[in-house]
Amino acid sequence: MKVKVLCRNPDDYVRETTRDIQRVPRNYDPTLHPFEVPREYTRALNATKLERVFAKPFVASLDGHRDGISCITKHAKSLSTIISGACDGEVKVWNLPRQECLRTVQAHEGFVRGICSRFCGTSFFTVGDDKTIKQWNWEAPGYGVREEPINTILGKAVFTGIDHHQREGTFVTCGQTVDIWDEQRSSPIRSFSWGVDSFSCVRYNPVETELLASCASDRSVVLYDTRESAPLRKVIMQLRSNTLCWNPMEAYYFTCANEDYNLYTYDIRHLDVPVTVHMDHVSAVLDVDYSPTGREFVSASFDKTIRIFPKDKGHSREVYHTKRMQHVICVRWSADNKYVLSGSDEMNIRLWKANASEKLGLLSAREKAATHYNKKLIEKFQHHPQVRRIARHRHLPGDILKQKRELREMREAQRRKEQNVRKHSKPGSVPLLTEKEKHVVAVVE
Amino acid sequence: MAAVTPEVLTSTHVEKMKKKKLPKRYWEETEKTDQSQRRPEEEQGKAGQNQNKSTVKEKSLKRKNGESLEKKDPFPGEAPIPQKQLQKFQRGKKCKVPAGARERLKEAIAISEAMSEHAQKQAARYDLLLPEDAGFLEGDEDEDTNTISQADIADAVDITSGSKYFNLHLSQFGPYRLDYSRTGRNLLVGGKKGHVACIDWQTKDLKCEMNVMETVNDVNSLCTLRSASRWLHTEAMFAVAQKRWLYIYDSKGVELHCVKKFNDVLRMQFLPYHFLLATASATGFLQYLDVSIGKEVAAICTKMGRLDVMAQNPHNAVIHLGHPNGTVSLWSPNQKESLVKMLCHRGAVRSLAVDKTGTYMVTSGLDRKLKVYDIRAFKPLHSCFLPAGASCLSLSQRGLLSAATGEIVQVYQNVLGSNPVSKPYMAHRLRGQIWGLAYCPFEDVLGIGHGEGFTSMIVPGAGEPNFDALDTNPYRSHKQRQEWEVKALLEKVQPELIGLDPGQLSKVDQASFEQRHKEQIEALGFDPLAKDKFKPRTKKKGRSSAGAIEKRKRKVAHEDQRDEIRQSVQERTEREKELKEKSNEKKLGNKSTLDRFRK
Repeated sequence: MKVKVLCRNPDDYVRETTRDIQRVPRNYDPTLHPFEVPREYTRALNATKLERVFAKPFVASLDGHRDGISCITKHAKSLSTIISGACDGEVKVWNLPRQECLRTVQAHEGFVRGICSRFCGTSFFTVGDDKTIKQWNWEAPGYGVREEPINTILGKAVFTGIDHHQREGTFVTCGQTVDIWDEQRSSPIRSFSWGVDSFSCVRYNPVETELLASCASDRSVVLYDTRESAPLRKVIMQLRSNTLCWNPMEAYYFTCANEDYNLYTYDIRHLDVPVTVHMDHVSAVLDVDYSPTGREFVSASFDKTIRIFPKDKGHSREVYHTKRMQHVICVRWSADNKYVLSGSDEMNIRLWKANASEKLGLLSAREKAATHYNKKLIEKFQHHPQVRRIARHRHLPGDILKQKRELREMREAQRRKEQNVRKHSKPGSVPLLTEKEKHVVAVVE
Repeated sequence: MAAVTPEVLTSTHVEKMKKKKLPKRYWEETEKTDQSQRRPEEEQGKAGQNQNKSTVKEKSLKRKNGESLEKKDPFPGEAPIPQKQLQKFQRGKKCKVPAGARERLKEAIAISEAMSEHAQKQAARYDLLLPEDAGFLEGDEDEDTNTISQADIADAVDITSGSKYFNLHLSQFGPYRLDYSRTGRNLLVGGKKGHVACIDWQTKDLKCEMNVMETVNDVNSLCTLRSASRWLHTEAMFAVAQKRWLYIYDSKGVELHCVKKFNDVLRMQFLPYHFLLATASATGFLQYLDVSIGKEVAAICTKMGRLDVMAQNPHNAVIHLGHPNGTVSLWSPNQKESLVKMLCHRGAVRSLAVDKTGTYMVTSGLDRKLKVYDIRAFKPLHSCFLPAGASCLSLSQRGLLSAATGEIVQVYQNVLGSNPVSKPYMAHRLRGQIWGLAYCPFEDVLGIGHGEGFTSMIVPGAGEPNFDALDTNPYRSHKQRQEWEVKALLEKVQPELIGLDPGQLSKVDQASFEQRHKEQIEALGFDPLAKDKFKPRTKKKGRSSAGAIEKRKRKVAHEDQRDEIRQSVQERTEREKELKEKSNEKKLGNKSTLDRFRK
């Protein structure tokens, strides 16, 4: 007779001392783990609920400005520093981790219209309603020394925006024309205009550094090459675009924030139809900024909310609002991809988490593993109705909700009307237009 | 090894003697064979060393010649994994990329396939690292394993294992039912005349003992719950089906609940992942109690009379009930009717058991037959005739079937599958009538409750050798148990998810639009997609007379179908026209003037 009976030595299964970690022998045999799918589903449901429970995106509010914030810019080199300009001409430099103002400069009379940081992070430029461009040192002057700009340029007309070249000592401003300046000269190297009287925003392409895009008041977005003497092409839309932002990773895409409550992502190679129309705002969109990864962007709107859109989705994944936040004028995504900054009418700069339920600070390895696991679970079961319902739900202020419903009704009515018109006209005379095609009027070369 | 070798050597020199063979330890022979095998190996090794020396010389020569120093890997790439092991961790079929799929979808499918394959490989590789092997019992030549007595086995194995064979003589409150806890540490026995005891059976430590002074129908060790009070450091909770009501006690024997909604309970099953206690009563009710919140989840009137045969399918948490008319019915708490009804026996069903993969069901009936069913296809696989019939059945984790036939417990091997039942693997005679049979999880032990008490019997090869500590850990500490409890409660599966296929949730819902629409109408009570009927506005100056309204209604009647109607009418008229033309041609053709010249 040969016999063997299971006999385990407890020493192999129990920790030796109380200072050891517990022994956890595993056996991945599927028959020892019944109800794999229902249990995973339950976990996914719990993870989704917890994600909503922990969604506390608001981090801090930076107050100190005495008028509405008109523009914000990140430091080119330092993650913790930002500059903001207000409607009373004041510029403040902030330290984000300490949430305090480092320096205050009375830069302009009237609005500060635009700020940009030099690529090396030694100085920054401001433009204002007083028709001047001023260059400031990032270092604060010593005690008792007056705040003086390094350089001041007096222009002929009001400047509405400014952006600096990525590598060279040139910058671009917009106003009545789009001007390209050399830092050493007091007059523009080149001026572009294309039959319009004002531009609201101009941005350098982050990759193809000689390329420029600007939003004009004649409802167009114009592209320029600084090496050429004339603008490249423009796309005219049904309503005016306020600002635009290039995708930093796929720099042939840019997104513009439009007055018609939508954002449009264009491919510069095919301007006739936008790649994506991002709809969710219920009022004019005022500012847009891409995340450094180029996968998402944040938009600020007149409807007192900011929204985060995935770059290829038509609807937002997140909406942030507070009771006290008024019309949001400007918004920026921080360079470490973790925070979003918004400046609004009621003189505050707000710091938000880019991922609402993310835990801040250092995570232990187990915490990291757990968050990854939960994320994967939510992704796996995202189409189940229960999970989707919880994951999608966002609280909205009453008036925005009301406006949303109203808008939906209006769109439905328009659609119905169009249908009726099509029904009662000659076949083919009223073509079916997709949402993307509707908003582009013309592309001019 | 040193202790064993001298014995082996002497045995080779001593002449043969007629003496009762001492039971051998299972490792003895293997050691011997090892030794015999080792010698040539050693020789080979020596030779190999010599060879190695020569190769070293050669290499040094080569080095001088300036050849490359790189050694070639004799086993390039990853170690191969046996197909059988890979098969074990296969989950579902591979996803096929549909024709004409977009690039993004193709990419996503490829990535997910690669990831699941990787996970499967990793799990299969981990199988090699499992520390324990399953037990076994092999007889000598012309020795049947079923003739080996328990005492012999207990003698042959080590002391710890030998102590797993024991008897508890409890003849007063006789016959006993029993249940092991999920980790296999605790044993709960309940005598018909009211004696209930909770024992840590390995240390023989009595945790509580009492007499409920009533008939006990069934006992069930529930899993843990919130401790009632702080001093309660032991955690187990158990349910006892007494003469009238269902009682829940904690491990000290303190009565926690008396559930009066559950009366005349005869059998109970605990669904550990759902925290549900399913009870079958003498009045024909199947009731589910959620023990985590203390609510009755479902009460189903089975209309099948007295329910005293019950088993759960551990794979999908479906309850199997056996009935006096020979049928076995399958139940879930979500449906008032049974999921499936199978006619299994000619007489009443006496006992039921379902294996842990949920593939096989074993039944025994008053017709003294033992039948094995495939419950995925609901088909009988084979049946055999037991002269005494089996009153109790139990299946172990590794698929050994034990059947109580009269006073004898028989254990069968390889029952699950297509080959028919042969002679038993083991047998053990007891004194009283057997009332309860249960295998201890993760141990080679079969617990038997009978008229004279309780017997723990060693059945080598019954238990799963390697447990998963995150699921059930027999060696868990207090802290680990607490943590496990919280986790288990967090992922409590809702009773709505109980169905025949537990993996259905991960499959694509391929119900057609019409079907889903129908379900929606049923759920809502109205049709959400229905167009509201056209209601003409009331107009003044006599234009809203009944006739005028009817006329206006006519204008929009069947508006959505008008295009189709128009088209079909047009087609029909065209077809008719064609037919007419053809027939006309035919007619004309028949009456050609030259016809008269034809023959």
